[in-house]
Amino acid sequence: MKRSRVIIAFIALALVLFPLVVKSDYYQHLVILALMWVVIGGSWNLLAGYTGQVSFGHAVFFGTGAYTAGILANKLGISAWWGMAFGGITAALVGLFIGWVCFRLRGPYFALATIAAGEIFRLIATTWESLTEGMVGIMILQTFRSKLPYYYLALLLAAASMFVFDLVMKSKWGFYFISIREDQDAAESLGINTTLYKNVSLLISSFFTGMAGAFYMNYMAFIDPHVVFSLHYISIMAILVGIIGGVATIWGPALGAFIMIGVQETFRSSIFGLAPRWVSQSHALVFGLLVMFVILYMANGVVGDWPKIKRLFLRRP
Amino acid sequence: MIAVSFFEVREISKRFGGLMAVNGVSFQVEPGEIFGLIGPNGSGKTTIFNLINQYYPLTSGDIVFHGKSIKGLKTYQICHLGIGRTFQVVKPLKRMTVLENVMASAFSRVNTFGEARKLAMETLAFCNLLPEQDKAAKSLPIAGRKRLEITRAMATKPELLLLDETAAGLNPGELDEAIDLIKRIRDRGVTIIIVEHIMKVIMSISDRIHAINYGQTITEGKPEDVANNKEVIEAYLGESYA
Repeated sequence: MKRSRVIIAFIALALVLFPLVVKSDYYQHLVILALMWVVIGGSWNLLAGYTGQVSFGHAVFFGTGAYTAGILANKLGISAWWGMAFGGITAALVGLFIGWVCFRLRGPYFALATIAAGEIFRLIATTWESLTEGMVGIMILQTFRSKLPYYYLALLLAAASMFVFDLVMKSKWGFYFISIREDQDAAESLGINTTLYKNVSLLISSFFTGMAGAFYMNYMAFIDPHVVFSLHYISIMAILVGIIGGVATIWGPALGAFIMIGVQETFRSSIFGLAPRWVSQSHALVFGLLVMFVILYMANGVVGDWPKIKRLFLRRP
Repeated sequence: MIAVSFFEVREISKRFGGLMAVNGVSFQVEPGEIFGLIGPNGSGKTTIFNLINQYYPLTSGDIVFHGKSIKGLKTYQICHLGIGRTFQVVKPLKRMTVLENVMASAFSRVNTFGEARKLAMETLAFCNLLPEQDKAAKSLPIAGRKRLEITRAMATKPELLLLDETAAGLNPGELDEAIDLIKRIRDRGVTIIIVEHIMKVIMSISDRIHAINYGQTITEGKPEDVANNKEVIEAYLGESYA
């Protein structure tokens, strides 16, 4: 107990000091993205890992959050920072609608519906040009030149989301979420309104993902439908972050976010320019191999199977 | 003044396609009694439980608790009203510990972590499951799982408890413990409806027994009367034994 607190304090301190020590914009950028993915991965994990409702469409919430911020700035002339609040709320409303429609059904319907929702939202954002500028995308002016404000905001958002997820999972809601995942009939007979609590989980999950989306709009200052509503780069990435880090653990998605951003960037940059250029095209392939490896040898992810990993390394002299 | 019955099913029926799984069954349960429900395999006992806790909607008839119809309520609302149940095919929340299983159900009566833990610990102690509290539910043997089902149901503080074959698959020693537990639950003032195949259990603890076959009532009465009933013997052993 005490040791884990020391570790948490050490990680927190390291993250706070990181941009003051490492001045490179490039590395700061990577950690900002990783921190954003801590939020999205944790959100996905709350819904899929703990509540057992697997989402293949978290891009819906991410994109809704991003577009809320973008449209506020672009159409209404309000600072895109307002999107941080409103982006979460609109994403949560979208989440509620999807949950209201799908959660009365059991089994894989929710997962299927989320894939469909992702495509629907991407198409809407592409075609409704008067609102979203379509394929042209939305561009705003970045508020800050320095990466530091974005860095600390991302850090705050990641910490806040993890704090909330941890709090929720130690409460009545957390027990209900896991009960629903383990056996919906048993949960219902124990007095748990399963439809309601699946929606509660989805609401929290979509809210934080929407906030991450709004942050992305503010930080990158440019979005288009193929980026923020992407099945591949957002929805699937959210699943990978969760699975590789460790489903149904608080720290899993956080670690998974750093691993995935690291792997993605290593290959995207052709192993930092050392390998031939075609390597950069292969990062999806590497993701696939990574997932196969994790599912075969550490089905509970890096955090979930940590004791196993530790044993493996300690056994060697 | 007409006394309001504690619990009553009135002419309930359930049709699955062309099959009448339950066909016009009626009975009343008095507060504080152990009410046995017997019948051969496939006679509709578990279906009656699924109708009572509204897992299946009724085809016809009505179910009344404290004088009010509970027809059409949701399963979780039935639990909040004070009707708990166990499942014949046990449904432990596998990847949670025994304590967490019971806490999840205790949250139906209390709101904070501390209160839920306290209620869960008390219930575990009452059901003699306290030594297993930190084990994963999936690691329990069948006797433990059956006991966990009862413990979880008890943590929802039911007035009426539906026990679905909680003694099936137990060895003689475990059987005696199960009978003892059921009696202690009754002594706490919880009314029990019990479905059971093992005659030793049902005959020794039931105050009254209701026998069904093919979804229809055969007879109802004191255990010894039901055991000697011609139709009941026919249903269980075949005509030549009657």
